[in-house]
Amino acid sequence: MSEQSAHRALGLTDQEFELICGKMGREPNGVELAMFSLLWSEHCAYKHSRKLLKNLPTEGPRVVMGPGENAGAVDIGNGYSIAFKVESHNHPSAVEPFQGAATGVGGILRDVIALGARPIAILDSLRFGEPDTERTHYLVDGVVRGIGHYGNCMGIPTVGGEIYFEPPYEQNPLVNAMCVGIARTDEMVRAAAAGTGNKVVLFGSLTGRDGIGGASVLASAELDEGDDAKRPTVQIGDPFEESKLLECCQELLAGDLLVSLQDLGAAGLTSSAGEMASAGGTGIDIDVGLVPLREADMEPFEIMVSESQERMLAVVEPGKVDAVLALCAKWQTRSAVIGEITDTGTFRILRNGDTAGEIEVEDLVDGCPLYDLDPEEPADWTYPNRESIEPDASPSDIALSLLAAPSIASKRWAFEQYDSVVGSRTVHRAGAADAAVLSIPESGRAIAVAIDGNGRRVACDPYQGTVEATLECASNLAVVGAEPLGVTNCLNFGNPEKPGVAWQLGRAIDGLAEACRALEAPVVGGNVSLYNETPQGPIYPTPVVGMVGELPDPGNVAGGNWREGDSIALVGPFDPSLAGSELEKQRGQLGKGLPEVEIAPVRAAIELVRDAVRGGVVRTATDVSDGGITTALAELAISSGVGCEADLAPIIARRSDNPEDALFGEGPGGFILAGDMAELEKLGGQGVDIELIGEVTGNEIIITANGNRVEILVEEAEAAFDSLEDRIESDQAGLTH
Amino acid sequence: MIWGVLQFPGSCDERDALNACLIAERSLNSRDGTGGALSSTRNVVEDPTDPVFESSEQSGVGHGADDVSGRGGGLSDSAPSSRLVWHEETDLSGLDGIVVPGGFSYGDYLRAGAIARFSPAMTSVARFAADGGPVLGICNGFQVLCESGLLPGALLTNERTRFICRQGDLVVGEADSPFLAGYEAGQTISVPFKHQSGRFFAPPELLEQIEADNQVAFRYASGQNPNGSLNDIAGVTNEAGNVLGLMPHPEHAVEAFSGSTDGLALFQGPALATAGAGA
Repeated sequence: MSEQSAHRALGLTDQEFELICGKMGREPNGVELAMFSLLWSEHCAYKHSRKLLKNLPTEGPRVVMGPGENAGAVDIGNGYSIAFKVESHNHPSAVEPFQGAATGVGGILRDVIALGARPIAILDSLRFGEPDTERTHYLVDGVVRGIGHYGNCMGIPTVGGEIYFEPPYEQNPLVNAMCVGIARTDEMVRAAAAGTGNKVVLFGSLTGRDGIGGASVLASAELDEGDDAKRPTVQIGDPFEESKLLECCQELLAGDLLVSLQDLGAAGLTSSAGEMASAGGTGIDIDVGLVPLREADMEPFEIMVSESQERMLAVVEPGKVDAVLALCAKWQTRSAVIGEITDTGTFRILRNGDTAGEIEVEDLVDGCPLYDLDPEEPADWTYPNRESIEPDASPSDIALSLLAAPSIASKRWAFEQYDSVVGSRTVHRAGAADAAVLSIPESGRAIAVAIDGNGRRVACDPYQGTVEATLECASNLAVVGAEPLGVTNCLNFGNPEKPGVAWQLGRAIDGLAEACRALEAPVVGGNVSLYNETPQGPIYPTPVVGMVGELPDPGNVAGGNWREGDSIALVGPFDPSLAGSELEKQRGQLGKGLPEVEIAPVRAAIELVRDAVRGGVVRTATDVSDGGITTALAELAISSGVGCEADLAPIIARRSDNPEDALFGEGPGGFILAGDMAELEKLGGQGVDIELIGEVTGNEIIITANGNRVEILVEEAEAAFDSLEDRIESDQAGLTH
Repeated sequence: MIWGVLQFPGSCDERDALNACLIAERSLNSRDGTGGALSSTRNVVEDPTDPVFESSEQSGVGHGADDVSGRGGGLSDSAPSSRLVWHEETDLSGLDGIVVPGGFSYGDYLRAGAIARFSPAMTSVARFAADGGPVLGICNGFQVLCESGLLPGALLTNERTRFICRQGDLVVGEADSPFLAGYEAGQTISVPFKHQSGRFFAPPELLEQIEADNQVAFRYASGQNPNGSLNDIAGVTNEAGNVLGLMPHPEHAVEAFSGSTDGLALFQGPALATAGAGA
């Protein structure tokens, strides 16, 4: 293969190859070309999204580390910070779900570990096709096991997450993992290399041939037929190795033995060493002959781009090298000095002392051209949508059909495969509340974490849908009494070189920026995953928003249950509409557009609910989300084992003249609060709409909306809500890990 | 009551177990009727690298980083306190009880507990147990104790082959063990169940003997057996009663915010038993 076609096979365009030759003054050799192809890939260089991301608000009084570091971090007081980030591992999971998901968790944990933080929680945002195909069963089974395998074995609790099932994810599932960690603010480490003559130490797993080209071949191209052949580009996870690596890093940092620390993720040594040198303005020499190998005959380019997991790279002063190697030995972690920091500005690859490649750090890390997109709004709805509910279904039938909808139904069968309590911080577990709550004795307070992103609504309106995802996260925090501190996000989209996808991406980022500004919640980090596309078309545009918030007292979180005799109130400017709703999906009537929403009144409602929960005046609070008011009431009835009687006439009168909208419509800005009537009435008069709509009673869920009436037994509702497990039971069961 | 909590490469729950030991220790030291306010006894942690070690009130607890050679504790003037015991450490002097904690020692890649049982510390734990010292094995620690032959039976992969994690109820058994001094036989307690290989198994003869000798410490409450354990057994003791292993996680049920403090009495048991015997 000539160099001319070699660069194309590695994912570089002819123009990019010419640019590289121009910068180098010659054609790159094999090692150099492999390194450029990875760091100039979409996955590493963000070449199609970086310009748009500049619009996001990234500053705030609590921000300690923002975008550009391994993870973002916010101050929680008393000398501590919370570090967090969400990242995708979509294409590896499409090709090999168990290892793809496991290494996705392993990778995001290392990002937080590299900051000097101890991970304290994992959340996952997953997307699959409809749950009735063999492929979906296979993917769900592997992904859920993979997440559990890694997180459980590491001893990091998986405390929350969400799973949606929609046709456009059938071939291209999404696996986004978020990690939250805690660190002493003054001991957090940055990734910048420093100090000419300092040594570069690689520690952790052996370097093998796994994951070669993962970032360029898998993550930066569309999926298509024959992807089974790409299975060798998926890495294999070893959580035991990472568990030792975590403890080892914590002791290395506590002993003040490191100048800087970086994890090896996508593009392996090339990316971590290159980015360390770039951030520090230094040069770096790496001798591949010193790298401990799994297979002896690896070529220099393979060593430089291997994505073998569970490896870290540290810069160490020469006098501390022995102490570092001794601590690694204590933790039975392999370690080796593989290079040195220089003042040349050059990334030099040596093999047993002989130069094998030489690239200017700046050309490699910052030289990739950034592209403007060519957006164009599609004229029509472009996604498949089939009718799946009887046209003449009664309101009660619709209510049951919504509760059984795979995206709404209980995911307990999945969450129970995750250790949610290790670490002794978990106040609210996955599924027990809209947001997970973790006790933080270090600050004497607690944090709440939520993750959300309804791709269907974003497909209807990328701007509005992304605003809603952000408001949904803030609402999830509010119902446990927390206020937002910072935001992370993972932007999962199709091929940005296509005008329709480019338009979705731009509009979604605009929405995210607008909502974060309005909530004063800075974006401190994130990840972009493009080319989520198969010959059947792109995925729903899916910005996944992760939010970390703070609450004063872990002992004072509203419970998830209401009690017989409680009054029920609807709070907020909620204006329900069937546009983009679960019911519209089931009727096969999805189309473009969502109603516009003003953010300020929603924020006011969020703050009122947060304060009411903090004040202990409500028994339970939840936000109205997928499936509308009926679904929200039914879910509370199911978890509490007590029914309710509600009348939505006041909402119809005020908001909408359509009873069906009131029963099943969706949209932001609605909260259900239950508790003592006098206490709920006191929440009025603060400029936020409050309607008393009913009371908690009996063993039936009875909701009237003018002529329409939902009347179902709590146990019927529960059976529908719990029906997903049987549908999803894998045909592949038996593969144990 | 000074506990040593074993730490193997790959352990997960050792800090949680140590946290439970420290809370039990403090609650017993200040036993003045404030037993209900357990969550407020938890110290503010000053170093996330060691969520319980470097608290100012607990100096003297072994710090992992100072512990490379297996030395721990006794580093300051204050009284010794419960601490982690590195797997290469063999000197257990000064410890009143041992916890073998949960997690995935050595990744459980071979068979749960099969490698950890060969650690130098376990040789000392076997001697400690033979001398009558209280030894508690939780989850992976239970598996390690069974692998070591310190407890009868074996733990097999769950019937459904999947990891499960849920809050559930246990019924306290009739076993005569110092660990159960804080419970009544027949009492129901709420603790998290979480494991992948928790199905208790013993050959018929051994099972009969375990039952006949009243060695069952805990059973899953009716209808809540999560893994197919024989006779709903969740925990057993050795014949002498000083070694107890259980699959569920009492160390995650010691603070009010978690929803249950039912696990705390297990960590108070040996001290209560000693006090009871002395009185």
